Amino acid sequence: MASKQITPTRMELTKTKKKLVTARRGHKLLKDKRDELMRQFLELVKENMELRKKVEAGILSANKNFVIAKAGMDEATLNTALMAPKQEVNLEVGHKNVMSVDIPVFHATTRTADANDIYSYGFAFTSSDLDGAVKSLADILPDMLKLAEVEKACQLMAAEIEKTRRRVNALEHVTIPDAQETIKYITMKLDENERSSQIRLMKVKDMMLEEAHHYSEREA
Amino acid sequence: MYKVAVMGDYDSIYGFATLGLDTFPVNDPSEAARILHQLADGKYGIIYITEALAAQLKHEISKYQEQISPAIIQIPGVSGNTGAGVTGVKKSVETAVGSDILFGE
Repeated sequence: MASKQITPTRMELTKTKKKLVTARRGHKLLKDKRDELMRQFLELVKENMELRKKVEAGILSANKNFVIAKAGMDEATLNTALMAPKQEVNLEVGHKNVMSVDIPVFHATTRTADANDIYSYGFAFTSSDLDGAVKSLADILPDMLKLAEVEKACQLMAAEIEKTRRRVNALEHVTIPDAQETIKYITMKLDENERSSQIRLMKVKDMMLEEAHHYSEREA
Repeated sequence: MYKVAVMGDYDSIYGFATLGLDTFPVNDPSEAARILHQLADGKYGIIYITEALAAQLKHEISKYQEQISPAIIQIPGVSGNTGAGVTGVKKSVETAVGSDILFGE
């Protein structure tokens, strides 16, 4: 505070007081925002963890199925079978605003409605293990999409919470104490000025009276 | 209209093609980085990436972390689960709260 030059005037005092009021209000609002964001984030992140564990377990077992399927048939047949996928996933990305954080909302649509279109091959030359493997992967796809949505939301909210927290701390520990200190300094300086001019006036009055009546000579 | 991409080594991701996701088999990190940027700037809303590949592309992925699209999500590959995905979730808790209060052991 003392390092920067402040002119102790009434103007500066009014300005600083206004600044303090704004900072206090901003601090309160940002604190509320941070608390609410944190509440929602904690809920979301728990869901995120559950989904992630589920998806990871699902992919792991699907991968196992694929390995078994691959073992049961030769590579060329497998590659041919999977060469031309019938199904296609299209994604609509919407936005949702949570406490001024834009989070994505995914809505996936498949090109054809038929659930059996994930099998892009005739069943004659492939092993039945492959069907199972493809099915197990298809089963976790909805969870994977949900995971993408939730995890992205978590990342975005975490970044926003961090930013908000920094702002709250800066206001609480820097801006507000600074303004308070400045106000104190200016008021004290102004009071001091007032006192000194009062004393000066009294002194001048004494001198003028002395000039007129010569008290000191009479006493002597 | 956005699409969904899967990146990683061929063995880990070839199954996703049947579901209608676009697969990009890649092993070389610099090649992967190029593809990742292409996908992110293109019409892909979600990019799934194997943990093994993601570990080599940390810098590139972190660029997209604070953007709303695309969502880059790590999935375990065929070689096993490295736990990177779970670590990522823990990390976001750490960013938000300051320390991992939910899943810390």
